[in-house]
Amino acid sequence: MSVETKSSEKILEAVNAAIEKFGAKQEELIPILNEVNRQLGYIPTEAMEEISRRLKEPKSSLFGVASFYHMLSTKPRGRHVIQFCESAPCHVVGGREVFEALKEELGLEPNETSPDGKWTLITTSCLGVCSVGPVIVIDEDIYGNVDARKVPEILARYE
Amino acid sequence: VSGRGERPSSLLGGTVSILTANCGLGHTVELSEYLDLGGYQALRKALQTPPRQIIEEIKAAGLVGRGGAAFPTGLKWEAAANAPGSVKYVVCNADEAEPGTFKDRVLMEDDPHSILEGIIIAGYAIGAQKGYVYIRGEYLLPYQAMKKAVEDAREAGFLGNNILDTDFNFDIEIRRGAGAYICGEETALFESIEGKRGFPRLKPPFPTTHGLFGKPTVINNVETLANVPVIIRKGAAHYRKLGTEKSPGSKLFCLSGDVVRPGLYEVPFGIPFHHLLYDLAGGVRPGHHLQAALFGGAAGAFATPDHLNVRLTFEDLKEAGLPLGSGVITVFDETRDLRDICLRLARFFAEESCGKCYPCQMGTQRQFEILERIARGEVQQEDWERLQDVGWTMTDSSLCGLGQTAASAILSAMKHFPHLFQPI
Ligand SMILES: NC(=O)C1=CN([C@@H]2O[C@H](COP(=O)(O)OP(=O)(O)OC[C@H]3O[C@@H](n4cnc5c(N)ncnc54)[C@H](O)[C@@H]3O)[C@@H](O)[C@H]2O)C=CC1
Ligand SMILES: Cc1cc2nc3c(=O)[nH]c(=O)nc-3n(C[C@H](O)[C@H](O)[C@H](O)COP(=O)(O)O)c2cc1C
Ligand code: SF4
Ligand code: FES
Repeated sequence: MSVETKSSEKILEAVNAAIEKFGAKQEELIPILNEVNRQLGYIPTEAMEEISRRLKEPKSSLFGVASFYHMLSTKPRGRHVIQFCESAPCHVVGGREVFEALKEELGLEPNETSPDGKWTLITTSCLGVCSVGPVIVIDEDIYGNVDARKVPEILARYE
Repeated sequence: VSGRGERPSSLLGGTVSILTANCGLGHTVELSEYLDLGGYQALRKALQTPPRQIIEEIKAAGLVGRGGAAFPTGLKWEAAANAPGSVKYVVCNADEAEPGTFKDRVLMEDDPHSILEGIIIAGYAIGAQKGYVYIRGEYLLPYQAMKKAVEDAREAGFLGNNILDTDFNFDIEIRRGAGAYICGEETALFESIEGKRGFPRLKPPFPTTHGLFGKPTVINNVETLANVPVIIRKGAAHYRKLGTEKSPGSKLFCLSGDVVRPGLYEVPFGIPFHHLLYDLAGGVRPGHHLQAALFGGAAGAFATPDHLNVRLTFEDLKEAGLPLGSGVITVFDETRDLRDICLRLARFFAEESCGKCYPCQMGTQRQFEILERIARGEVQQEDWERLQDVGWTMTDSSLCGLGQTAASAILSAMKHFPHLFQPI
């Protein structure tokens, strides 16, 4: 299986649901994009076109907004997204070792998605849980005080 | 290690618990418990007091902003109250993204109603009808806690029309960010709520006259707003019993890095740094000693062991050339390579610069390139001059606080540890 791209039907469904939830107003653009991104894992071009039509906002300005925010992705991502905190507070308490272990275990460099579409690895700055560093976040699960040796066991929890 | 549902909890310590009175219980304090603990009494009291008098009380308490810039909260509220126009807003800045900071997260997760209470009182004081809470997108638990709190407060009549049977109407909407450090800057945050890219606006005009949707707006940090019910409930004079004349009250500090007990500490303003680091947080990790501590996060400055006696107040720190910022202190022991730390900070700013203005866009890139070289040990004779030049240009001519502070930590490292930036 390769990185999943979404069917038109699914995309329309996600866009409709998001616009219904927030309303077709420009000030709701970021909540709408966020919601579509959460539903589909990324914001496909088709979704952008539909949102642009419904909100009467030019596509270029939508892309401008989507590319501005780190959490919005216009490229497909793996089924599980791993965020690794690379800010100084986590880094000094063993972050470097954890990151090496992650890269080795996954066979990925930052911003890469595994060929089987399972994992995407991204680096991020502080996630606000520095008192339990080093920290990794997988999808919406936060792991604190991570030890490099525990990395394989954590990854094994995901299908 | 935890995860998959469980939340790793932060250690909570300190010598007083005023803002954190309801924190660290292992669960979110929900409405019924909050009421049992005396919650919403400040709001009740406030609604029986003329708005002007509330503002006077906040001014008398000497509360200053906890978002980092320490602007007097009462003056800000007064300016917004006096601004012409009938539509006004209160915005709670919960974008907390300064590396090393997690105080607002803990307050929101553990005691969301105290923040709501602060927002509602602010709304009443300035004559606003609506409040927004802008929470950074990465903060899922705080979002859920705040969302539930708003729903419960609305249900119980603390939000909505005719709050507590008065003619005051006010409601709160929660917004989530989408991952952009710059959106913590107040005007960029407004742009983001309005559905745009988070490009900062030129100040002045200040938000108090031209804020969200161009209307008079009070924007305050989470911790600032959490102080409000405390002040209103017991009065300014009581509030001032803690802290110093110029820095009254208590402060939350976030300690991270090479420290025995990293965590969130609430202390009165005025205790010396060594008391916080050694007596409360257990000192530097065993077998090691303090090399440096970064005050104020990426936008901050380095302290050295010479600063251990400095008292933690706005005035003392300012005199020592250190920012209090949002109360973040990251500790580095003697084994840490500060060049590498500086490189990380430089990369952070190069990635987070929004690109709107030239000095910061170019400067953060240049600074990063030079530090990359220095971290590799390939220091050139001219690098010192170049870093100073780039740094001061950004500080003096950037449009917003991001560019103005992007060189601050690095310039302070150059001052205290000059040998790291010179050819061997
Ligand atoms: N908590 C966090 O995660 C972060 C905090 N910061 C902090 O942010 C600070 C910089 O913030 P800025 O908003 O750029 O500072 P600023 O000095 O421009 O403004 C501080 C506050 O006072 C208000 N203000 C200033 N003069 C005023 C006037 N004459 N009338 C009415 N209101 C007035 C501003 O609107 C703002 O709300 C830095 O000190 C940094 O420590 C920076 C990054 C992240
Ligand atoms: C780049 C940048 C990021 C900021 N991020 C935050 C933030 O995450 N939280 C915050 O409260 N203030 C942040 N600020 C400061 C705000 O612009 C503003 O001063 C603050 O919200 C005012 O609230 P206060 O007076 O209660 O401190 C940031 C400033 C800059 C320049
Ligand atoms: S100083 Fe930097 S972050 Fe601020 S407006 Fe200019 S480019 Fe954007
Ligand atoms: S530095 Fe890693 S979570 Fe804050």
